[in-house]
Formats: sequence, C-alpha cells, structure tokens
Amino acid sequence: MQDRSLLEMRGIYKSFPGVKALKNVDFTLREGEIHALMGENGAGKSTLIKVLTGVHVKDSGDIFIKGHSGPVQIHSPQEAQNAGISTVYQEISLCPNLSVAENIFLGRGKTPIVKWRDMNRKAGELLDSLGIAVKPTQQLASCSIAVQQMVAIARAVDMDCRVLILDEPTSSLDESEVAKLFKLMRDLRSRGVGIIFVTHFLDQVYEVCDRITVLRDGQFVGEYEIGSLPRVQLVSKMLGKELDDMADIKNDAPTFDAMKAKVVYEAEELCSSEGIKPFNFNIRKGEVNGFTGLLGSGRSECVRAIFGADKVTGGRVKVEGKAVKINKPIDAMRNGIAYLPEDRKRDGIVGDLSVRDNIILALQVKKGFFKPFSKSQAIAFADEYIKLLDIKTASVDTPIKSLSGGNQQKVILGRWLLTHPKYLILDEPTRGIDVGTKVDIQKLVLKLASEGMSITFISSETDEMLRTCSRLLVMRDRKLVGILTGDELTQNTIMNTIAGGEQK
Amino acid sequence: MNPNTRSKTASEIITGMFRKQIFIPIAALLILAIFNLIVDPSFFKVTLGQNNNGDPILSGNIISIIDYGSELAILAIGMTLVTAASRGQDISVGAAIAISGSVVLRVLCGTNSRPDELQAPIIVAFLVSCIVAMSFGAFNGVLVSIFKIQPMVATLILFTAGRSIAAWINNNELPVVKDDVFPVFGGYIPGVPIPTPFFIAILCFIITWLVLKFTNLKLYVQSVGINEQTSRLNGLNPAFIKFITYVILGLCVAVAGFIKVSRLQTINYSVVAKDIEMDAILAVALGGNSLSGGKFNIPSSILGAYVIQFLTTTLYKFEVQADALPAYKAVVVIALVILSAPIVREKIGQTFKKLRSPAQAESNG
Repeated sequence: MQDRSLLEMRGIYKSFPGVKALKNVDFTLREGEIHALMGENGAGKSTLIKVLTGVHVKDSGDIFIKGHSGPVQIHSPQEAQNAGISTVYQEISLCPNLSVAENIFLGRGKTPIVKWRDMNRKAGELLDSLGIAVKPTQQLASCSIAVQQMVAIARAVDMDCRVLILDEPTSSLDESEVAKLFKLMRDLRSRGVGIIFVTHFLDQVYEVCDRITVLRDGQFVGEYEIGSLPRVQLVSKMLGKELDDMADIKNDAPTFDAMKAKVVYEAEELCSSEGIKPFNFNIRKGEVNGFTGLLGSGRSECVRAIFGADKVTGGRVKVEGKAVKINKPIDAMRNGIAYLPEDRKRDGIVGDLSVRDNIILALQVKKGFFKPFSKSQAIAFADEYIKLLDIKTASVDTPIKSLSGGNQQKVILGRWLLTHPKYLILDEPTRGIDVGTKVDIQKLVLKLASEGMSITFISSETDEMLRTCSRLLVMRDRKLVGILTGDELTQNTIMNTIAGGEQK
Repeated sequence: MNPNTRSKTASEIITGMFRKQIFIPIAALLILAIFNLIVDPSFFKVTLGQNNNGDPILSGNIISIIDYGSELAILAIGMTLVTAASRGQDISVGAAIAISGSVVLRVLCGTNSRPDELQAPIIVAFLVSCIVAMSFGAFNGVLVSIFKIQPMVATLILFTAGRSIAAWINNNELPVVKDDVFPVFGGYIPGVPIPTPFFIAILCFIITWLVLKFTNLKLYVQSVGINEQTSRLNGLNPAFIKFITYVILGLCVAVAGFIKVSRLQTINYSVVAKDIEMDAILAVALGGNSLSGGKFNIPSSILGAYVIQFLTTTLYKFEVQADALPAYKAVVVIALVILSAPIVREKIGQTFKKLRSPAQAESNG
C-alpha cells in the first residue's frame, strides 16, 4: 500500500446469477483527491461502490484502508462506516421530518439523554465550518435537495469519514447548487478527505476531479490524471474503441439525397416527462438516420417521445406535412409509426403468448377490438414473417419466451413490419444478439429504406450506425448537441461531438 | 423444422394431453368420480320424479351438481378474466350477489315487502340489477386500474360493506315474491326435467364463446396480464382493459344473483352466496389458470367450477358438517396449488421424459 493511499481495492471480482459484474477491478483513492469513477450504464460502477460500502460482498479480491493492517473485510454498511467510508446517494437517505441537527447526530448519541442545546450548537459550528447556510433547527424537508445533500455530507464529515462516496449527487441540482456542492467538495479535499465522484456529466468531471478511473463491462480500463486524458480519449475508453482503428472504417452508407424526398415526420421543440431538452427532428422518405450518444444521454428518450411512449410534455408534430397529436403509442401507430423498444424483455415481448400472437399484436390492436383476424389469417401472417426474417421457432404456437434473444427480436421486428409503417424506429435492435443476426438486421434496414421506408436506427455500436445511417443526431446530457452528415460521419467526429467542448 | 411430420407415438399423445390446460380439471373430475364410484355407486343414481305442481323433474346428486354449480360457473367466467388482466382476484362477488339480489327483490316488490302481485316486470328487475352490479364492478375496476390498488385489497371494501348495502336497499326487510314465473329461473321450466340454472349457464357460455370469437378480448386481456408495458407500447390501454374485466364480472354477478333469489323467492342478506368468492377463485385455479394473471382458458374454469360443486356435493354426501366443509376444501386447494406450481410441474415433466426414453438416457449416459 502506497503512502498517500487512503483506499486500495485490488483484483475485485463479483458475480450475480448469470452476470459477471466485476472482473479483476483495481481502484486506488489517495488522500485529498476527487476521483471520478466513469463508465457507461452497466459498466460496474454501482457494483463497485456497493462492494465498497458493504451492500454486496465481493467474491474475491482485497480491500486495504489506511490505518488498518492487512485487508479489510466489509460485510455491511455499518462496517463500512466504522472503517471511515461514507456514502451520499442520489436519493437522500435522511429523515425529512427531523431537524437538520437531529439528522446530523441521529443514531450517534452515546448517552440516553439528548442535550438539545449542545447538539444544536455543535451542528451550527459544523455547518458554519463547511460554509453550509442552513439553521440547525430547520426541518430537513423544508431545505432544498442541494442543502439536504450537503447536510448528508456534513453528517459524514462529522463521523470522521475519510472516504466520501458521492453517487450521482448532481443529477437533481441546478447550476448554482452544483457550484455550491463543488465548493464544499474542494473544501473537503483540502482537509485530506478522499472523494469518489460518480457522475454521467463529463463537464463536471473536468471541472472538479483530479483523477479518473474508467470501467467497462465490469473490467478495469485504466486510471488517469485528469490533465493527461482529453475528453475524446475518455469517451473512447468508455466506449471501448481506440481512436486510430476507428478512423479507417469506411463510410459505405448509401448516399441519400435529402433534398428530393419529402418529409415524413417532423417535430419541433418536442420534449417528454423523461427530462430531455426540447429538440427538433425530421426524417424524409427513404432516409435512415440515427441518434447517438452515451448510454443515458437521452437518445432512447427522444425516440420514445416521438412514439408517445413517455408522456409528451410539449412540442409540435407533423406527419407528412399535417399537424397531428401523438400522446400515446396508438396515436403514433395510426400515423404509421412503429417502434422497436430498447428493452426487449420489459417492453417488447409478451412472454407467455405464442409467436403468432406476438407477431399479429400491433396490427390487431391497430385494426380494432371488434375485428379479430381469423386463426388461419393470423397463421398466414406469422408464417410470412417467420420465413421473411428467418425466425427459428418450432411452430407458430411456441411461446415467444422459449426462443433465443435474436429470434425474439426478429419476432418483434416482424410485428412492426406487419403494420407496414411509413416510419420505423429501431432502438438497439442488435443488442445482445449474435453477429450473423446483427448483419441481417442491418441489411434489412438498408433494404427497407431503399423501398421507401423511413428508419431511425439507434445502436451502441457506432460502426453499425455509420454503416446504415446517412445522418446522425448526437445527444449529450439529454440535449441534442449536433447533427452530422456526409463527410462528418466518422468515428472521430462522432466522439468529438459526444465529448463536446474540445472540437478545436 | 416441423415436428408434426413425425408420427406420434402413444406416449407423445399422453404427454401432449398432460400439457393441455383442461387436463387438470378433467383429471380432478375423474378422480372424484372414480372415488364415488368405488365408495358408493348409488351416488350417480338419477331418478325421475314429480314436483308439487305435478311436473316431471330429475333428481339426484349429478342433477344437483349441474344445478348448484351453475352460478359458480357463471362467476368463474368473470373471475377468470379479472384474474388474467389484473393479476389478482375480486373477493367481493359474494357481497355483490347479495346487493344485486336485493335490487331484484326491491324492484319486484316495490315498497311493500310482501305484495300480492309484481310491481314491475321481471326483465326490468333483472336489467336494473345488471346495471347496479356492473356499477359496483366498475367501482372495483377504478380502484384497481386507475388507483393501482391491489385487487384483493380494493375489493375488500365491497366485501366488507356489500351485505349491509344489500340489507339497506330493502330497509332490512325480507321481501317475498309471490309469482308463478319468477321461481322458474332458479327452479324448473314446466315440462322440462332439467333445472333452469343449467340452461342459463349454457347460455352464458355461448355468449362468452361468441364474444371471445368475434372480439380481441382474449388477446388484449392476456397481453395486459402478461406484460403491461409491452401492451401499452402496442397501442393498448391497460387500465381500461383491467377496468372492463371488472365490469364483465359485475354482469356475471348480476346473473348469479338473479338465480340465487329466484331459487328462494326471497333473500337472506348474511347467508346468500356466502364464501362463493373463494369457490369462484378456486374454480379458476382448478381450471389450471395462473392466479398471477396472464394466459387463461375459460372452458377450463367452467369445468373447474363444476368440479368444485362435485367436491362439495361429495362431502355433503359423506355427511361432513357444513361448518367443516372449508377445511376439507382447503386440503384440496393445497394439493392443487402445489401440483400446479411451476417447480413441481417441471419435476413431473422431467420424470415423464425419463420414463418415456430410458433407453435413450442410458445410451447418452
């Protein structure tokens, strides 16, 4: 263990049934530093934090903490706290109906009698020293979220915590509140506290952090000084693509003459309840475009807003030049829009129903309650798409849940193709399916587009998007930050736009 | 690709049969029938007699099963839909039957509780009771679908309050209907020796069958019960579909309530259709339907209802006291629930596979 290290985690493994969440992860936190823990959703950040705080018990590996000789075993949050590790979560885990001072000292009294005046005085001193402007006697619920978070931090500081974990603390704060929080973090840094900062916001990482550890797919990618890792590099580490081998992927997407075709779908200032910033969007007949950005950047939320899957809170929508209202999925379906959702299991399949019922579902709903298809008609539809998409299933009556992931995906694709949409939205259609099927789906997208269907394609794999899309809309922090066309469609430009702020 | 091209062996047909959902109630029925046949074959005796009016009627255990099982079967239709869509059960049907029966009597008797002639046509009384029962169903449906309250908790309200509402409708009096036609619905049509409720039940099945054939009710209800999110993204309105199943159950309650009051031409608020909700839920379970929603099979539930009545009648035959009946039924329920649990079913399936191809297993091992 190095001298300045507060905390060292070495070779941490953790698996859950069916998933290896952490594979040989190292992490080092030094005295007086703010250390960003970065990675896409599912990279293992939360699992690592939970191992450290005793929520999960690691399968193997060692944790060293300054002041303890030899590896430390952490089996419960209480043990973590005793070892000087405190966590402030996104959702405040304090008691809103108690006062600020009570919250700071809750559960820590050594005598059965509470000296209220002493407690309030001590709390006042603590809050003053940290520059938190709140009265100790104020009820916590009446404070802003930012203040509540700072109270939680103050509590941690007063408990002699030397390792402070801030898990997505800024996601519900406005800019001035974020600035206050950062001031407090810098203050603590100067006192020698080590802070682990988990966030999705790249800007904030570069504003406040000293060091970055990147995780990907549960594996340790590297630890970097903030100065030595430009944003583009960080994004490429998170995505797992080296800049160099990205540059030479040829853009063989078909050229698409945007000006000639008519606009099929158009949205102005569209926004939804899921917190995306209002965005403008359009797609022309036969065009393939795509939303790109890191996971959690709002790309799925955009297409969900288009389809009416989330609550639409504002904006104007035109379909083929006519103003329409799309508030629910059925509205979108009636306007010829189809949507293949990202989460196949949660939003896509009806597990116990047969392949046949799953294929006809959307068209059947569109057709109406009193007009069921005859059984032979339904079987004919199902057979048609089983053949067209080469779906491997024992029969049309097989429950969809017994099919493999790729075949389930094809069934759902078949469901939407059966509705003969004008505009098809595919959100991660290739995730978790084998390579052969991935290529099939990409080919199909290009074929459908050449037949005049408009398609929006989302994929985590940038090269797939480059191969299929003629226009890319780049999202960052739930905001549309760029539109790339033509020569700009290269891995490097995409990464630069995703990273932002460093184009020149 | 096509397994149907292979010629089916006898064992394959048997395992195929096992997989069919309706196999469960049929098996239960056969077990009960064989048990009775061994212990006392006279259980199945049916005699042709005459009632007080001199009309021919059939009597015997089998006749009483198809007679008294009919209300249960009608309720099972609605309960199956509610279970499938909302992944929970309505426990207020007994209380709701008391209400709708009370409404029938109120309309027929008017303010005088023992009139010499009907104050309104029977059809009017029936329709009014339908509207009332469907409104109470709608009340439950709103609690479940819009306020997202657990079905059993939501329907607990009406379960608790229903019988007092029923009593209040008739000012806590016990009206008695004096009429020649009214008793027919719960008794016998003159000249027809089979009890009328059985015909009413058959009529209900036919209507249900037609509805399922000519609408998408089954597809919609199953989709919503299996995956609400997906259903919504495919253009369905899950809340409305759940709501409508409760209204349909309300209609079933009205029909069952009408038969109940027609049997006695009066009502006993605290006893009428007592514990019938449990039997209706049991019928759904016995029909092999998952009580946690999703796929359903109405013919299975209907058969399940008659099996429950078969069980009840068998227990009565062996002079089990009425008070002890639930305890015996509980034993059956436990056996059923365990047998239909996925773990057990998987185990049984594996055992059958092994039995079917021991040679294969050996050569592989």
